[in-house]
Amino acid sequence: MSEQQAAYVLRVVEERRIRFVQLWFTDVLGRHKAFHITPPELEDALDEGMTFDGSAIDGFSRVQEADVLAKPDLDTFQLLPWHPDGEGVARVFCDIATVDGAPFEGCPRHRLRRVLDGAHDEGYTMFVAPEVEYFYFDSLEPPGPPRPVDRGSYFDLGTDDGIGAVRRHTVRTLEEMGIPVEHAQHEDGPGQHELDLRYTDALTMADTVMTVRHVVKELARTAGIAASFMPKPLAGVQGSGMHTHVSLWRDEVNAFCDADDAYGLSPLAYRFIAGLLAHAKEITAVTNQWVNSYKRLVPGHEAPVHVSWARNNRSALVRVPTVKPSKTDSTRVEYRAPDSAANPYLCFAVILAAGMAGVRGGYELPDEATGNLFDRAQGKDLERLPSSLKEATDTMAGSALLHDTLGDHLVEWFLRNKRAEWADYAESVTPFELDRYLPLL
Amino acid sequence: MTDDGAVRPAELVCVPAVDGALADGARRAGLRACPEPDTKTAATAVVERRGEVAAVVVDATGRGVLDAMATCKVLRRLEGGFEPIVVVVTPAQLTELALRDELYDDFVLAPVDAEELAARLRHLAALRRSTLGAEVVAHGELTINLETYQAAVAGRALDLTYMEYELLRFFAANPGRVLTRETLLSRVWGYEYYGGARTVDVHVRRLRAKLGEEHAHLIHTVRSVGYRFG
Repeated sequence: MSEQQAAYVLRVVEERRIRFVQLWFTDVLGRHKAFHITPPELEDALDEGMTFDGSAIDGFSRVQEADVLAKPDLDTFQLLPWHPDGEGVARVFCDIATVDGAPFEGCPRHRLRRVLDGAHDEGYTMFVAPEVEYFYFDSLEPPGPPRPVDRGSYFDLGTDDGIGAVRRHTVRTLEEMGIPVEHAQHEDGPGQHELDLRYTDALTMADTVMTVRHVVKELARTAGIAASFMPKPLAGVQGSGMHTHVSLWRDEVNAFCDADDAYGLSPLAYRFIAGLLAHAKEITAVTNQWVNSYKRLVPGHEAPVHVSWARNNRSALVRVPTVKPSKTDSTRVEYRAPDSAANPYLCFAVILAAGMAGVRGGYELPDEATGNLFDRAQGKDLERLPSSLKEATDTMAGSALLHDTLGDHLVEWFLRNKRAEWADYAESVTPFELDRYLPLL
Repeated sequence: MTDDGAVRPAELVCVPAVDGALADGARRAGLRACPEPDTKTAATAVVERRGEVAAVVVDATGRGVLDAMATCKVLRRLEGGFEPIVVVVTPAQLTELALRDELYDDFVLAPVDAEELAARLRHLAALRRSTLGAEVVAHGELTINLETYQAAVAGRALDLTYMEYELLRFFAANPGRVLTRETLLSRVWGYEYYGGARTVDVHVRRLRAKLGEEHAHLIHTVRSVGYRFG
């Protein structure tokens, strides 16, 4: 942090009459955490960080090392535009450190930065552009399944302009916060919407995904409705994915691009895809981290099921979008497994780690998948992604790549937490069982 | 002390050292030359003796323009900024001053002529007296107050991150010029950046988003070269 930046932030707080500064960070499961400080406390927070009890945060501390420090990253200081003038609120993302100032092993932002630095040492910078899907519902309160606010579908213009207005307001607010949205569209499901974000470096994008989820929910709430990023909120309707477009850059050149190749891809890109496929099953617990995530990864609903790659085949796990000859800088691969409820820091970290393992190890890419893999018969010779959280966590437990990428502290905590979630689920009696068995048995 | 009783700044801080010509020039302008060996000591001198420092001379002939500009940048960004700054360059270094106009107020060529330096210092002091008050850069509906770091377009405040502010300020200080990504990286980011020229594209796109549709065109893309402001 430079002194000029600190001076800039302190002056802006004064000039814009900021009443509160929210220190934002993310727990291991990608849930948004914040505490609020007043401007007089800010200068100290910038100099020394804010101490808090990390044992209250999922995945952060064992009891004997409870206190951790939140250290603001001043590059991310930003006003939240929906608060009225004169009662301004700003946010700043924090890195979590131990009390002696060392990066904290359980901090997702730190884990991602470490993986990015590793690739950067070899000359590569990762750029990411996710498509974030979510639903608008009347309310998120049980009982009963949530009711979507509209009955629209893919690319609907939206005759019901209540929801169109909420989404437009959301996009405008994001733009005011410096988050360009390439497309905003109505998705396939009733009440489902999608925001395609313009690429940035991976760390900025992970912060951006956290911001987007917060803004979408906050503005829905003020409009009297509710937004949810739950992976599969409605049975029989497609779930909410976070298809993640990735490119690697070396100096000023897109390292995935080779104009002479039939698919426009460089050898590096092929090895990167091979890495993604080879490690796909190991990283799924991170890209799809909830019991409910696996209700989305089923055949027939636009989500990948098999470990496969293809050019322009929407049923494949890794898709290589076609780019115009004049736009070869846009060459990228799309990883289609992640859902909108993943922890974006860890999600981007494991995607990069898997791809880079392919690059470093010179992995060979299997043949392209042809045909519609959503058709159950077509995928029969291909390996499957884990079909449950249990299978995914068991696969993760044996993965050297995951231990390397996320560190033992984080992996062990994650496995403990996810196994407990699975145990709770396994013990529960679901509406499915009651409906099907109670009258019958 | 002047006739009206106010203390007039009487010190000319010279980085990194005082030689005969600088001492002589300072004396002719009614100032006392004080050496400060590096950026840090110069910044401390300006902060601690703000009322006494009339101007800073930064000599680029020994350590190069890049290093000298780093000093200027630090002085400019002190709370409340600092001016005037005069840089000493060799004729061969003149081209390196391009696009760094906001970092210094005047320059003299080495070897320094004491009378010329004194004349420039007197001129800068006179100008400064006539333009007291906040410095504002304006371009069309865009205004940037350099003292308060506040930017606004058509009266609407823009809430910028630090790098976005620095980028917009640099654009506004160089209207009409085609600026390559490399130029922007070296002048706005310095040499510590991550992600190369694409970082510039990302920030420009973010700035345009904040300017809003109506004003996004203030930053033009110059295809396969870079950007032009205004």
